Amino acid sequence: MAHTDKSNWELIKNGMFSENTIFRMAISLCPSIAVTNSLKNGFSMGIAVIFVQTMVNLTVSLIRNFINPKIRIPIFMLVIAGYVSIIDMSMAAWARPVYKQIGLYIQLIVAFASIFARAEVFAVKNRVVPSIADGLGMGIGFFLAMIVISFFRELLGKGSLWGMPIVSGNPLLIMILPAGGFFAVGILMGFFNWMDARIAARKTAAETT
Amino acid sequence: MSTDAKTHPLVVSVSPHVRGGESIAKIMWTVNFALLPAFIMSVYYFGPRAVYVTALCILTAVFSEHIFQKALDRKVTSTDGSAFLTGLLLGMNLPPAVPFYIPIVGSFVAIVITKTLFGGLGYNIFNPALIGRAFLLITWPKLMTKWAMPTAHFIEMDAKTTATPLGILKEEGLAKLIEHFGDKASLYKSLLFGSTAGSLGETSAIALLIGAAILLYKKYITWHTPLSFLGTVALIAWIFGGKGALFTGDPVIHLLSGGLILGAFFMATDYVTCPTVRKGQIIFGIGCGAITMLIRLKGGFPEGVMFAILLMNCFAPLIDRGVKPKQFGAVKKEAKK
Repeated sequence: MAHTDKSNWELIKNGMFSENTIFRMAISLCPSIAVTNSLKNGFSMGIAVIFVQTMVNLTVSLIRNFINPKIRIPIFMLVIAGYVSIIDMSMAAWARPVYKQIGLYIQLIVAFASIFARAEVFAVKNRVVPSIADGLGMGIGFFLAMIVISFFRELLGKGSLWGMPIVSGNPLLIMILPAGGFFAVGILMGFFNWMDARIAARKTAAETT
Repeated sequence: MSTDAKTHPLVVSVSPHVRGGESIAKIMWTVNFALLPAFIMSVYYFGPRAVYVTALCILTAVFSEHIFQKALDRKVTSTDGSAFLTGLLLGMNLPPAVPFYIPIVGSFVAIVITKTLFGGLGYNIFNPALIGRAFLLITWPKLMTKWAMPTAHFIEMDAKTTATPLGILKEEGLAKLIEHFGDKASLYKSLLFGSTAGSLGETSAIALLIGAAILLYKKYITWHTPLSFLGTVALIAWIFGGKGALFTGDPVIHLLSGGLILGAFFMATDYVTCPTVRKGQIIFGIGCGAITMLIRLKGGFPEGVMFAILLMNCFAPLIDRGVKPKQFGAVKKEAKK
């Protein structure tokens, strides 16, 4: 059992930036393309994932000493499925219009690689508080990615934000179609990589002088 | 090399020892030159607007390639004619009446997303000009299918719009299309010379064939891709193009209309995105033709050349792998018993 030696704040930052689910790990890309055609949908999906990721990490970390390693995967599945059911039913009850559009993808959170991966590589090996911090960081990282992607897609594809018209004229229809999702994720990922490379280059330049 | 020859009479170097005078720039500018007849015809039929749209495409293409190669610290090759060619081809694929932001956006997508971000000339998977057009067609479907009437008076064209021959063929059938042009002979004549509605550079079959002849004569393209492409289209049009009975279709209309000739000679033959082995090029051409006719006869769009070439671009590496010629001296693998 290798406990992490990072502080809770470092864990949250880690999930948000250096191990960002979408832009760094490039996993769980399916929802990032499917539900990000409007800011509202992306926002709701992000909130759902923050909830599930944090609660799964909390639960798995709590019961980590009782899990037989041989059957850990079905146990993770059960825990994830439980929380996904909670968020699924809550959204169906309280956020009807959004649920109608992205309900299927809320249920598909069960199969998210990112949530499963954090339970497997982090929560099952660490104490409760760092696990919560890790889950929160990963969830917020996913949430931020969804916000950024859906912001650009809705603005360019519909000329609106959160349903409110911002620019008139002929919007780029392709951006709210699936093809535009690939464009948006690819270009943003490239942009963040480019930023990283520049920051790293500046750091090494500062160290050598 | 020349300084070497002066100081050392015997030069030792790695092969190849015999070099042709060809270079990327020379080939690209020749292809640009080969498109000149079609461009002249487009100006003749669609007026100054054709010049504006094409010029905007070319300027944006060359300019954005220059900027992005600078920004990415690559060798700046914006003057080798390839970006110019992409812009020119995209311009020839646009309807005459598009608003001026369309060529700019399309050219930018073609050069930056399809070419530069994939690594520059030689690394792009898809034909840049066609991706630019596909992007525009999906983004602004209404503006990209507004076809202006050709005027042939070299004046600013009026707002009159009409359907393309393929559009009429799809919506109303062959009888209506022939009626539209008077009789069959004048329909063929219009298609041959280009006085029909359509994208800027695709309407005049004769002008495009002149350009294609230049390229074939200079051996910059071979007959394999275009001929198998056109042959497949003609065959399928003849077999399945007719109403009701098989073998009653009119292959000539399908051959001369739409972007087929422009696509077959100038875009399907793009060195980067088509197979390099001759046998593979024939398979590539047959695939392009089959998909084109599938879309024309059964699909939602009246024209399918663009999607056909793009879809076959994906398969180009796979085709190359499948038809790889046997290496000289290779030992045949023994079959497992």
